[in-house]
Amino acid sequence: MHFLKSTVGRKLVMAVSGTVLLVFVVVHLLGNTTIYSGPDGINAYARALRSLGPLLWAFRLILVAMFILHVFYGIQLTLENRAAKPEAYAVRKHIESTFSSITMIWTGLLIGAFIVYHLLHFTFQVTNPGISASRHPDALGRPDVFTMVLLSFRKFFVSLIYVGALGALGLHLLHSIEGSFQTVGLNSDRTFPVIRKGGRLAALLIYFGYISIPIVILAGILG
Amino acid sequence: MNLTLFVWRQKGPGAQGGLEEYQAKDISPDMSFLEMLDVVNEDLIKDGKNPIAFDHDCREGICGMCSQVVNGVPHGPRERTTICQLHMRHFRDGDALYIEPWRARAFPVIKDLIVDRTSLDRIIQSGGYMSVHTGGVPDANAVLIPKHDADTAMDAAECIGCGACVAACPNGSAMLFAAAKVAHLAQLPQGRAEAAQRVCVMTEAMLKEGFGNCSNHYECQAVCPKGIKVKFIAKLNREFLKAELRSCGTPEAGTPSRD
Ligand code: HEM
Ligand code: FES
Repeated sequence: MHFLKSTVGRKLVMAVSGTVLLVFVVVHLLGNTTIYSGPDGINAYARALRSLGPLLWAFRLILVAMFILHVFYGIQLTLENRAAKPEAYAVRKHIESTFSSITMIWTGLLIGAFIVYHLLHFTFQVTNPGISASRHPDALGRPDVFTMVLLSFRKFFVSLIYVGALGALGLHLLHSIEGSFQTVGLNSDRTFPVIRKGGRLAALLIYFGYISIPIVILAGILG
Repeated sequence: MNLTLFVWRQKGPGAQGGLEEYQAKDISPDMSFLEMLDVVNEDLIKDGKNPIAFDHDCREGICGMCSQVVNGVPHGPRERTTICQLHMRHFRDGDALYIEPWRARAFPVIKDLIVDRTSLDRIIQSGGYMSVHTGGVPDANAVLIPKHDADTAMDAAECIGCGACVAACPNGSAMLFAAAKVAHLAQLPQGRAEAAQRVCVMTEAMLKEGFGNCSNHYECQAVCPKGIKVKFIAKLNREFLKAELRSCGTPEAGTPSRD
């Protein structure tokens, strides 16, 4: 198809799929904050999610499709871009590009690897079945997500993996929230400074929002 | 001033090249960068050596021929300045300067600092024009153009096609160049008629010529001697979306009409 061969078309697929993933990341964060209301918060939230049934699967399918598109074109575009710049300068000065903008493929791949681990850990619960929420319901018969998360993040190493991987996500978003506005054509002299600041602020908020959970648990403040 | 230069020397296309060291002695701070190289070349010629080959034409910052990367920055360290308009007073006595050609797959080196930039010409040929009827000269300003549109078109039209954007882009993308042309013509009523085909064929031509894709690094904007802004890339993206809605890439839409 013409659109999927074009340089702008594929960037648009990246931007739209990335934005759908971003919406998920934000909703997921908001959902996770229910942990701050204790077992009654997050366990009730987990049950409510499961009760969505087929709807939950529809969302999951959309996410998987977006993820596959995003990863496929991310890798394809990166390979093309490297091939278009075969020789490096002996001396190179970056003026506008940032650490986050030139490491997009690496932070992306790290996120990918983390998602696999994260799904095995908290969704399929195979990495540590001893604390699996689905096998250990709470007093009200709900999956005890609260205890599972608590026991997991009390292990320093597990928390470290989460804080590190979320750092990759934060870096990815530091460049990409702003970038997706540019890709879909919403940048102008007027909007650019707002989009740049807003995009970076949002990336930082998401990062600190997520890592607050393992940190608060490790520090013994929660639980 | 005295400077140490490390200059990329390459005998011809495809040949193995490398940096060679030269001393630029007794350089006046009032000389332009190219005049400094002229002095070095005269010494080389006197010594019976091959002078450094570099591109230039107008030497007044308007033709877009000069193309050198100095210490990792296309056109050197000053903003909105071509290398021919860069004066030696912006360097310090004793500086070491690394001088390299534009680097991108679509810009093969011809010799030393000269690269082949006809790939940009072919992008223009693909659709970077608007068709006009021959015949009597139309009255100037016969077509009304709002002041804001005229100004914006003019900002984009400042592009001199030097290729610094490509040289600076980590992806060797010509997006800023293509965007300047697309935005310039799409902003004007005369250019609207072919706007949809233009954005499709020009972006297609860009990939065919071996340029990369835009990753929003914005290195291009930082080095553009004419201050072309990446907002024009956003405009190109908008034009592309609009064109896609009119089935960009179909055979009829893909070839700009010539009548
Ligand atoms: C394995 C996982 C991932 C990989 C390999 C990956 C790779 C990439 C790459 C290489 C780019 C830059 C494309 C370019 O500018 O040429 C990119 C952009 C982007 N990514 Fe990811 N990514 C991944 C996961 C994610 C996730 C989980 C999100 C959302 C939370 C996301 C959001 C975005 C956004 C919004 C863009 C911006 C698109 C644009 O600049 O127009 N990515 N990704
Ligand atoms: S020689 Fe013409 S722009 Fe530099």
